[in-house]
Amino acid sequence: MSDKFISIENIARRYPKPGGGETTIFENLWLSMARGEFVCVIGHSGCGKTTVLNILAGLDSPSDGTVIVDGQAIGGPSLDRAVIFQSHALLPWRTVIGNVAYAVASKHRGWSQAQINAHAQRFIDVVGLTGAEHKRPAELSGGMKQRVGIARALSIEPKIMLMDEPFSALDALTRGTLQDEVRRICLTTGQTVFMITHDVDEAIYLADKVVLMTNGPGAVIAEIVDNPLPKTRARADVHKHPLYYAVRNHIIDFLVARSKSFDKGAAYDPRNVTVVRPGVAPDDGYPPLEGEARRAQRAGVG
Amino acid sequence: MTLSLSLRAAIVSIALFVAFLLVWQVAVSGTGPAATMDPEYAKLMGVTATQGKSAMPGPLEVGAKLWEQLKNPFYDKGPNDKGLGIQLGFSIARVLTGYLLAVLFAIPVGFLIGMSPLMSRALDPFIQVLKPISPLAWMPLALYTIKDSSLSAIFVIFICSLWPTLINTAFGVANVRKEWLNVAKTLEVGTLRQAFTVILPAAAPTILTGMRISIGIAWLVIVAAEMLVGGTGIGYYVWNEWNNLSINSVITAILLIGVVGMLLDLMLARLTRLVTFPE
Repeated sequence: MSDKFISIENIARRYPKPGGGETTIFENLWLSMARGEFVCVIGHSGCGKTTVLNILAGLDSPSDGTVIVDGQAIGGPSLDRAVIFQSHALLPWRTVIGNVAYAVASKHRGWSQAQINAHAQRFIDVVGLTGAEHKRPAELSGGMKQRVGIARALSIEPKIMLMDEPFSALDALTRGTLQDEVRRICLTTGQTVFMITHDVDEAIYLADKVVLMTNGPGAVIAEIVDNPLPKTRARADVHKHPLYYAVRNHIIDFLVARSKSFDKGAAYDPRNVTVVRPGVAPDDGYPPLEGEARRAQRAGVG
Repeated sequence: MTLSLSLRAAIVSIALFVAFLLVWQVAVSGTGPAATMDPEYAKLMGVTATQGKSAMPGPLEVGAKLWEQLKNPFYDKGPNDKGLGIQLGFSIARVLTGYLLAVLFAIPVGFLIGMSPLMSRALDPFIQVLKPISPLAWMPLALYTIKDSSLSAIFVIFICSLWPTLINTAFGVANVRKEWLNVAKTLEVGTLRQAFTVILPAAAPTILTGMRISIGIAWLVIVAAEMLVGGTGIGYYVWNEWNNLSINSVITAILLIGVVGMLLDLMLARLTRLVTFPE
């Protein structure tokens, strides 16, 4: 990859075992992301996805290795990297605008209250919360709370957005709406996003690349799925795209079977894991697509 | 027709109160002449001996006394005859001084303990030993070193108000949700600003609860402390009236001590509600 806006280099996380020795959650992790790229990480619980995200956020540090963002090794949390927390993590004693303004004031220390509020208001409008500025988080629905979380992250205009299963606590309808909004905002602003999810459809809809991690302990990146769906995909018909099920089945096959049995083998190079485009380049040594996926692929390519 | 719960509760409360007054009145009313005796001797002995009348005043007498005291709470006829308002004022002033000093000390120290695991461990043995000491046990030491009885009472209030606020502050600060701290961290908020904008509001309900317990204890202790140091205050008044064998005044004072304690608690409860946030 030529543009290495974010480069995760050989990071590992180990914890001391109670009886002595160490447990390795993951190791030998290399991943690079280009500017404006939307990357989703999928893997079973316990593979260390959240730890990777926390390391990127600067809230945690790796046992080995470094992370380089925009040419600089990270050494702690930064306003360049905004985090959207799974639990939204709003400050309950502040109003909606108070929560967003808190982030704005942290970024722009010298601004007047009026400037801060105007800036915060702009991002509250972006996430569609106009009119709810003076409500407290307790008065908001789960979806609205997460919108505030998104507005807060956007308001500091970060280089990267880190999302830790941001929609997993929401109902399916709200989740869909918020996915649309995040996709719209990211496309218009060219935001670089690193997102953790358990939802395969969410990953396919949002991501340019889906990183598949094997099960922990000792998790590694098994492969990277390069999303072959067009950038202009829309929620209404994304699932009708001929390649959709090829991608979906590939990821689900991985989660169900290969994430457990993934054999690194001699050819496995952690610095250069295989990039697959399911349905587009089928003969790359991976199991051939079966049934519906093959039909879909035929319909799409042929 | 069903009455609202609070109305029904009020009716039961009033009924219980009336029943209590009746039992009280019956219990203390005289049983008639106890024995025939020489009128001169009877005059000397008073109604208690001659008519079997209890020395305990009835509710009507206490009511009359209370009314008399409330009508003129601030009179001052020398050191042993001051209005209840003045005596309560002295006690409240002492309690508030000692209590506010304790809060000013306990909240920063509690912050330190809550934020620093090192200080938490280092100070823990001191707190564990000092906390269970009855505040009055400090009185001789305070009198010896401070050499002023009124200041010693304030010191005793200080020391007894300290612990609940200190411990609750430390607990509240140490248990601020990690995600809120992470928000501050990812926004590069400095330690001081984080303490004021995240930890303080998050821990405020717990801190205020500690302060509420503290003021309750302070009000309990002031009565005992003033009985010891004497001079002024409601505790001194109670003991002085006991020495005068004026049970009526003692009961009146007890009633007012209860009411003031309730008002202090109510004030802190109101403050707690102000800083409590719904989640």
